[in-house]
Amino acid sequence: MSGFARHRRSRRVIATFTGFEADLLRSLASQLVELLRNEAAVPREDQDPFEAMMDFSGPETEPEDPVLARLFPTAYREDPEAAAEFRRFTEGGLRDGKAAAAVAIIDGLEEAGLPPELSEDGLMIDVELDEPTAETWMRSFTDLRLALATRLGIEDDDEDYWASLPDDDPRSQAHDIYDWVGYLQETLVGALSR
Amino acid sequence: MSAPSPVEVEPTLTPDEMVLPATPWVTIVWNDPVNLMSYVSYVFQKHFGYSRKKAEKLMMEVHEDGKSAVSSGSREEMERDVQAMHEYGLWATMEKQE
Repeated sequence: MSGFARHRRSRRVIATFTGFEADLLRSLASQLVELLRNEAAVPREDQDPFEAMMDFSGPETEPEDPVLARLFPTAYREDPEAAAEFRRFTEGGLRDGKAAAAVAIIDGLEEAGLPPELSEDGLMIDVELDEPTAETWMRSFTDLRLALATRLGIEDDDEDYWASLPDDDPRSQAHDIYDWVGYLQETLVGALSR
Repeated sequence: MSAPSPVEVEPTLTPDEMVLPATPWVTIVWNDPVNLMSYVSYVFQKHFGYSRKKAEKLMMEVHEDGKSAVSSGSREEMERDVQAMHEYGLWATMEKQE
């Protein structure tokens, strides 16, 4: 595991993953895509089915899932009406953008040679990203980290707590993955800043 | 793309009569335990075009004070900034400047 770097001559952002790491990253990105596409953007039961089909406007209330609530925060803290309007106009596009960014990670890994089912040992995946794609990955790493952190209940300065968990605690393993994606993002920001 | 319509200048307007834009709004970014300092600073440079120095100062405000007003302008402009911050996964809100 060496994170991302900037190739000096081509200026492309590069990283090498083991098959296991690439498969893990794909799995996280896929789960995010599913979450973003699954929770219906506020079902409205009072609506006539035809009207519902013709209604392209977005949701007005905060998503119930805490991950989605963190990904799509309320923009106006003291004005529920303005907040609802903002959400109606932005949440759909934000959802699509975040899902597309996670799909870009999946596609990038598969184009770099990650098979649909990981079977062989010793597989290494070299990714080479142009700058816009690297930025898309960087944004999606944020979404993945926010999702993992919300599920884990990450708080400021809680490193000692996570370090104190026994290794076989599933939350400890999930926290290791959270840390790993953080490391990937840190090196990716570093590569893009160079 | 449409061409801009010609601007008509009102020659009799004196500086005293010029009206300042309505109360500016501000975009506020709040601290969260997840986002990396380097990333937040990168986003401020990239989206707002701020220098590294200014971006890092704002990032430190978010980190230490819990929040920072990172941009100001019309309500429409701030809605675009808040939307962009949400695209980047930052926790942003907007309010009228006090």
